[in-house]
Amino acid sequence: MATAGAASARPEIVVTGFGVISPAGRGYEASWQNVLAARSGAATDPLLVDEGTSVTISCRVPAFDPDEELGRGSARRLDRFTHLALLAAREAVAHAGLTGDDDEFTIVGTDPDRVGIALGSGIGGAETWAEEYPRYIGKGPGRVSPMFIPKMLSNTGAGTVAIRTGARGPNMTVNTACAAGASAMHMARDWLLAGSADMVLAGGVEAGITGLSVATFAQMGALSRNPDPETASRPFDVDRDGFVIGEGGAIAVLETREHAEARGATPLAVLAGVGASADAFHATAPPEDGGGAVLAIRRAIEDAGIDPEQIGHLNAHGTSTPLNDAAESKALRSVFGDHTDRIVVTSTKGVTGHLLGAAGAVEAAFAVQALREGVVPPTANLVNQDPDIDLDVVQQQPREVDLDAVLSTSMGFGGQNAALIFTPA
Amino acid sequence: MSQDVLNTITEILTEEFGVPADDISADATFEKLGLDSLDVVELTLVLEEKTGVKLEDEELEDVRTLQDAVNKIAEKQG
Repeated sequence: MATAGAASARPEIVVTGFGVISPAGRGYEASWQNVLAARSGAATDPLLVDEGTSVTISCRVPAFDPDEELGRGSARRLDRFTHLALLAAREAVAHAGLTGDDDEFTIVGTDPDRVGIALGSGIGGAETWAEEYPRYIGKGPGRVSPMFIPKMLSNTGAGTVAIRTGARGPNMTVNTACAAGASAMHMARDWLLAGSADMVLAGGVEAGITGLSVATFAQMGALSRNPDPETASRPFDVDRDGFVIGEGGAIAVLETREHAEARGATPLAVLAGVGASADAFHATAPPEDGGGAVLAIRRAIEDAGIDPEQIGHLNAHGTSTPLNDAAESKALRSVFGDHTDRIVVTSTKGVTGHLLGAAGAVEAAFAVQALREGVVPPTANLVNQDPDIDLDVVQQQPREVDLDAVLSTSMGFGGQNAALIFTPA
Repeated sequence: MSQDVLNTITEILTEEFGVPADDISADATFEKLGLDSLDVVELTLVLEEKTGVKLEDEELEDVRTLQDAVNKIAEKQG
């Protein structure tokens, strides 16, 4: 892959493994297949029905038993978002060829003191808050669990992945709300270039489907009111009316090409460029012209040292809210001009719903898979494209495309934007 | 009475803490059962709900085994 200009002097950062748990499925490959098939992961959520929220649909990951899969006591001692982090991390280290025979988590074959963890999470232990606060109010301070803080802290996901894998490199949790998963990969990339680590497990996790969070997103008018779960998330469609809340996690194994080759690992793709920006505009709404997103995308292209015309595919943020999707369309056109017509766009949120702090990482995994296989999944439920969305969005069937470079964008509440560019390995 | 408390602890440990029933005996230490100090505090909260007796932090200092906990509770129940 051409890496002219700014990128030529520095080490190439490659992805050597992915772990994904998403409403599209358990595992990277299963999730990808369901995204390709545009199979919705949404359903009526019994918890939300029980709590009486005005919106009762969500996109859950396939059911699992934390104690059985992650060891006795995991259900009680760890929040659900940490369970998701562990499941994604376990698959990622196995995929990258980092596990020995005896233990499914412990990293072998590289110095664990030089392995970092960079995770994004928008909300952290939302379920733990939901369980513990009523206990505090109802039964008093003397009944509060000593596990509340350690379970709820948003950095516990990354901390627990380190405990299980033995990774003792830099360990940080980044929060840019719905861009957090992508921002974590950005941060990880910078650690690798700075020589702070030889390898980083980087991604995002979120398990924020509680009555309280759904109630507030509904009050904001951000959630779809469509009563039919499977067609509610419909990015870029003229009838889109909000996002469907989802949960999940994705973790990538990132390292320099030199390090990957030295240990005999096969790179899946190159993380060629990263870009970040702020809208400096509004707490929750994007500027109409997609201002901050434009900057993030331009910075990622410049960082990758490629021509904008090399970008052939965008895995869009595409939340299915009226405001986001329209602003994103404008942002893309102001960056790419006429080349916009030749970018094959999809939003995989039609299948997965909006995974908040995990979205950027899960979508990076799908963008990498599109690049590797030369196929872009359709946007589920896109039937009548909004005439204001001036993009070539894939509908109905996957589309085969030869790709030189792919882009994944994420925009968070707070006005924080992230863009990632991947090129072939 | 003591046997009741031991049964209650056994029930909590198996059902809520996932400890295998075979591992549990009166002379087993919490440490051996895989419970750390935070777990023990949590256990006392559940025990308080079931027995009405609250073991305070300072009373937990010399509680090592299940029998130690049973004895303390029996003492407080008078």
